[in-house]
Amino acid sequence: MAFFVLPLFSLQQQTSNLFMPHKSSPLVRLGSKKKRKGRLTQKGRQIDAGAQQDISELLADKPLRKELLIEYLHLIQDKWAHISSRHLMALADTLKLSQAEVYEVATFYHHFDVVKENEIAPPPLTIRVCNSLSCCMAGADDLINELVEQSPSSIRITAAPCMGLCDQAPAAAVGKNYLGKVTAASLLNTAKNKQTQAILPTYQGYEQYLDANGYQLLASLNNQTFSVDDVLKELEKSNLKGLGGAGFPTANKLRIVKAEPSPRYFCVNADEGEPGTFKDRHYLSTTPHQFLEGMLIAARLIEADKIYIYLRDEYAAINQLLHHEIQHLIDHKVIKDSYIDIRRGAGAYICGEESAMIESIEGKRGIPRQRPPYVAHQGLFGQPTLVQNVETLYWILSILRNGGEHFAKQGKNGASGLRSFSVSGRVNKPGVIVAPAGSHVRELIDLAGGMLEGHSFKAYLPGGASGGILPASLDNIPLDFGSLTEYGCFIGSHAIIILSDKDSIKTTSQNLLAFFRDESCGQCTPCRVGCEKASSLLSEQQWNKPLLKELCTTMADASICGLGQAAPNPILSAIKYFGEDV
Amino acid sequence: MSDSVSFIIDGKKVSADSDETIWQVAKRLGTTIPHLCFNDKPGYRSDGNCRTCMVEIDGERTLAASCCRYPANNMVIHTQSERAKSARQIVMELLSTDLNQETLSGSEFDNLAQSMQLAPSRFPKNSPAPSDLSHQAISVRADACIHCSLCVRACREVQVNNVIGLADRGQHEKITFDFDDPMGESTCVACGECVQACPTHALLPATPNVNEVDKQVQSICPYCGVGCQVKLNIKDNKVSSVDGANGPANQGRLCVKGRYGYDYISSDQRLTEPLIRKKGMEKGINIDPANPYTHFRKASWEEALDVAASGFSASKKQHGSDSLAGFGSAKCSNEEAYIFQKLIRAGFGTNNVDHCTRLCHASSVTALLETIGSGAVTAPFMAVKDSDLIIVIGANPSENHPVAATFFKQATQLGAELIVMDPRALALKQQATHMLQFTPGTDVALLNAIMHVIVNEQLYKPDYIEQYTSGFEQLTAHLQNFSPEKMQSICGIDADTIKIVARKYATAKSAIIFWGMGISQHTHGTDNARCLISLALMCGHIGKPGTGLHPLRGQNNVQGASDAALVPMFYPDYKDINDPEAKAFFESLWDTSLNEQAGLTVIEIMHAIHNDTIKSMYVMGENPAMSDPNLNHARTALATLDHLVVQDIFLTETAMFADVVLPATAWLEKNGTVTNTNRQVQMGRKAVEPPGQAKPDWWITHQIAQRLGLNWPYKSPEDIYQEMQLAMPSLANISWQRLDKEHSVTYPCSAPDEAGQDIVFANGFPTEDGRGQFIPASFLPPNDPLDKEYDFILTTGRLLEHWHTGSMSRRSEQLNALEPEAFVQISHLDCAALNVKAGDLVCISSRRGSIQIKVRVDNKVQSGLVFIPFAYVEAAANLLTSHDLDPLAKIPEFKYSAVKITTI
Repeated sequence: MAFFVLPLFSLQQQTSNLFMPHKSSPLVRLGSKKKRKGRLTQKGRQIDAGAQQDISELLADKPLRKELLIEYLHLIQDKWAHISSRHLMALADTLKLSQAEVYEVATFYHHFDVVKENEIAPPPLTIRVCNSLSCCMAGADDLINELVEQSPSSIRITAAPCMGLCDQAPAAAVGKNYLGKVTAASLLNTAKNKQTQAILPTYQGYEQYLDANGYQLLASLNNQTFSVDDVLKELEKSNLKGLGGAGFPTANKLRIVKAEPSPRYFCVNADEGEPGTFKDRHYLSTTPHQFLEGMLIAARLIEADKIYIYLRDEYAAINQLLHHEIQHLIDHKVIKDSYIDIRRGAGAYICGEESAMIESIEGKRGIPRQRPPYVAHQGLFGQPTLVQNVETLYWILSILRNGGEHFAKQGKNGASGLRSFSVSGRVNKPGVIVAPAGSHVRELIDLAGGMLEGHSFKAYLPGGASGGILPASLDNIPLDFGSLTEYGCFIGSHAIIILSDKDSIKTTSQNLLAFFRDESCGQCTPCRVGCEKASSLLSEQQWNKPLLKELCTTMADASICGLGQAAPNPILSAIKYFGEDV
Repeated sequence: MSDSVSFIIDGKKVSADSDETIWQVAKRLGTTIPHLCFNDKPGYRSDGNCRTCMVEIDGERTLAASCCRYPANNMVIHTQSERAKSARQIVMELLSTDLNQETLSGSEFDNLAQSMQLAPSRFPKNSPAPSDLSHQAISVRADACIHCSLCVRACREVQVNNVIGLADRGQHEKITFDFDDPMGESTCVACGECVQACPTHALLPATPNVNEVDKQVQSICPYCGVGCQVKLNIKDNKVSSVDGANGPANQGRLCVKGRYGYDYISSDQRLTEPLIRKKGMEKGINIDPANPYTHFRKASWEEALDVAASGFSASKKQHGSDSLAGFGSAKCSNEEAYIFQKLIRAGFGTNNVDHCTRLCHASSVTALLETIGSGAVTAPFMAVKDSDLIIVIGANPSENHPVAATFFKQATQLGAELIVMDPRALALKQQATHMLQFTPGTDVALLNAIMHVIVNEQLYKPDYIEQYTSGFEQLTAHLQNFSPEKMQSICGIDADTIKIVARKYATAKSAIIFWGMGISQHTHGTDNARCLISLALMCGHIGKPGTGLHPLRGQNNVQGASDAALVPMFYPDYKDINDPEAKAFFESLWDTSLNEQAGLTVIEIMHAIHNDTIKSMYVMGENPAMSDPNLNHARTALATLDHLVVQDIFLTETAMFADVVLPATAWLEKNGTVTNTNRQVQMGRKAVEPPGQAKPDWWITHQIAQRLGLNWPYKSPEDIYQEMQLAMPSLANISWQRLDKEHSVTYPCSAPDEAGQDIVFANGFPTEDGRGQFIPASFLPPNDPLDKEYDFILTTGRLLEHWHTGSMSRRSEQLNALEPEAFVQISHLDCAALNVKAGDLVCISSRRGSIQIKVRVDNKVQSGLVFIPFAYVEAAANLLTSHDLDPLAKIPEFKYSAVKITTI
């Protein structure tokens, strides 16, 4: 056995064939019967050094907090007009998120174009054409067809949900340039001239607002000439309700959040997405400071630690405007730097639902939470959170200036206060109409310049896509929270869409259900599957009304949030009031 | 949230804790409300998305999901109202519309549909979603997916692997892996939690699932020291599938090995009969393990045992007791470890008995014993739920203790800070608040610098130090030379980071330290562990909830085997061989006289063979021909022995050198207890019959003992355990019957009807003076220095998919398919510098040996460092490693070898 006698502790290389199996030996694949190859890298997708460089440059001066994921996805989408998986991977690594976490968020929001390896990126410019109800009534479908035929390959044409320009239907966006009353020619011309950025509207600026006694109420609250209790009392007297659509008494909500332990957050819901609704856009783009002061007063009432304004991405001009005006507030020491964060939505109607909005602010998919717990108790980052709609905050100033009672008295037919009705459809002067709560639809049609010539009033949607459809015969209902319940409808965000004898209830219902189908977050069965099946059933020649009714009942009863619960409203209204049409 | 509320449910007035959901209350009252997205198992948050559990509550506009709704006072709940039942029915109908009934068959969904008498759906159908069969172990059949998100919660909240997502939205929403990649190409680690959670069979084991099983046996996973409890589903004497059981250390979770790595038991390479080497056959790695008959002939048990025993007797007679040695195994049961060491001590008459603890945590145990008087962990890893700060150093738990890692990751989700210190950027990097990727081998420099900051900034706990420790002054004096500014260039971590980490650890309310072999497998391994112990002592982070010192033990029974004295310097329960009282105790208990000379350790035994002092060995379940450092040296030693008896389940590389090979049973083929890293003694149960003539290790050892003239009375593992209880105070109050009933009991345990103590040493330590001892450590460079020729540092270790030397996992078709071939991890930068690319074959040589191996580009390793798993016989990493030892613990430096890389 001399063969094996090796010097001890030898530094020489000693190898013997007997101790080193050959590659061809049966030992090499001990357990495997099939021949397999190992991986060449660690598991899964590898990080691309170039993409990592891109992302580190893009985020050079930015905080690397996970909750900012959506903001950073925007930066990538803005810069490269799509989000490649290389960049997405590098972003995940930078934010210490997993691939799954970034991918599910990036694909949830329609304003992000995720392009995987071996996929072709979309053209650098996209024209989005609104195909929600008011715009469809104004010929959006034809417009899309025309554009598809006429546009060069460097432009992508897509349909998109309501852009909040229903008073200027049909509406479309060339890049970030959102335009009303468009034609195929005007859009292609805009694209050709590379007018793809948002255009600032003219609005009441900071100085002008100061001249009109702006920010005095906030100051008097701060120097305690006006107390928090005084404000709450006035708001209580005013009977102001949440005008995002739920109608919860504002003073109550403020008191509930105020009683919770700090830190308390304040999220402003500026994700106005209910088809037919554009009042928040109106106030934000004309009198932003009245909204901002109302917001700061509310923040003061609950001693909010931070304010987040969740602004829908379609309001790109308002985004610029707000950044600009908030900077004024910082410069003039009205607020501290970084007290207010503006967060961009990314093309998801569901994020108008308050808990979905909160999820989105946390950098996640916008899926509604189960209630209870209510967001007032456990909202943003699990902390007590006040959520208010833009218009609600806008009214605070008027109420405090003129007294709560004065505001309350302006309602009629048993309702109280003023409301901003977004009126669109077959009227002469669509627009935001400020009218007493409790007004009737005919009054609103009159205020909107009456019916279009050649159109006779047939039906109306009292609360956008989700509030149901009422026949013209029911034109004497006071339009207010709660007053439409017995008719299977609701007022919601006060988006009144007027239909005429030229409009088909069947087509209208299909349009609305297609909207809900596309905008359902997908979380719960009744809404995810229900909207899709309902949409399919509505496209059938003959509606299966008993099955639709069963489906609608379950959707309304068992969906997690208002989207799924309200999606059946148009179907049930159509069957109830327009039986012959459907 | 545990006030009591009273309410009415289905007409009955009921009280419940306010943290009990309506679903749970109903179940308690005997009504199981339908459910799909809710999993009534620990760790699963209810999500309420499927809406099959809707109930009606008076006064509420909509129905409520009972799985996530809590009753309130005076609530009136109807679980069986027409409205609720109708909604549940329609929800099921909606879900079933687009699903494939064939895939659903036998699933929870199928069962529920049948119990609800669900008729075929009336809704328009869509085309079914396509399947993804890209993964070796798991098939994805989206045509049965109901988007219930249980797999997402399983992957992200229970196991925290973060691979599965819910992408897109609405009707397009789908379950995705990473960026909607094929599962087999994703970062999936195949823990199988999603499969276990899926209620529809959309996720299934890739091998055909057996719905009906012959029996279900609860036992312990055979792989790592976490000690996961498993439910083994047995069909036709084979493990058909495995579910996680609700054990204290795993709470239902498993990893890829514990889930899919059992097919090695039925490998056709199993040893089924005793073998005797044919005369004149050369010893070496020269045998096909599937066909041992080229070098061995079969023998009867009688003959084989006689030959085995007579070889030992001859050696003892000719060369004396100390010419014999034995390696036991941390893979066998406590009883088998105990009986083995007893044989070596009482039968062979020597203390030359050791096992692989020498190669993994010997230095940790040495340091812990000398400083705090106990070699085991001071707190279980589940203690992290109460920790504000977790340090993981020199450990890669997501690969080596995957289920323990889930607890760490969960703790970070709840807000705990995680500081990871390791030369490799580990998977835990994603959860880490700070990732300190320090220079290999500079642990002492880094840890001393951290302590320097704590001392200089007076962040230590004077009261604790005063009351419970000694030696702090000497340590503080010693630490003065280790300022972070001075150490930063040595350890590669900038001074500011060192300071931040030091302050965080010292000021945390509760902080815990976990370490692995990155700490222990060094020639300065004992010093490394001493530093960690000093760090915890000076901050008082021991003995309270969420604090402690926890060396993550490797093998499933390395704690138990060490406790049972499968080591050369102790009797059971760490009684010193040199202690005359201990010697007298065991001489009386074992009715024999004992050798007072402490024995040799693993590597020392190999040297002694080369020195011709050890002539004969008995190896039970160890594989030193793969696991020892400097394999050329170790294998030559094995070949040199006069008489080698190896008892194992396969013809391992070590068995190839044997004169007698004895076929043993696998873990699942026998009863016995094992002790995990948390000091939890757990009951393993026989689930399948062994193949051929394979016998339990304890039986074989007993037979050899008999042939050496020892008359032991054991008839079962239980008999041995009862004797162990006499020998080991640590097992007090933990009877065999209790273990059989409770499955798991932690030691120490103060009463038969009380739970064991998870966290120990709240009031001092089991040392002579009751105090923890600070022992200063000096920085020493690694023993195998880099030079111009050997310019890369090699570090070795395990892989998620492969266990240790691969003897089990490489014979598992499932595991081997996931990692079928040897590789070396090299960073991007080094690949570029060496001009090699992924998949190229390179030659790696050290001053001791060389191997050829494929390159895997992997940026987990820093430039200048390469990593090779030691599971692959065809490119055995240990041909390269050095057998230089830590002077105290005798552990070799697997984590630092100088190598050169040449292209082929």
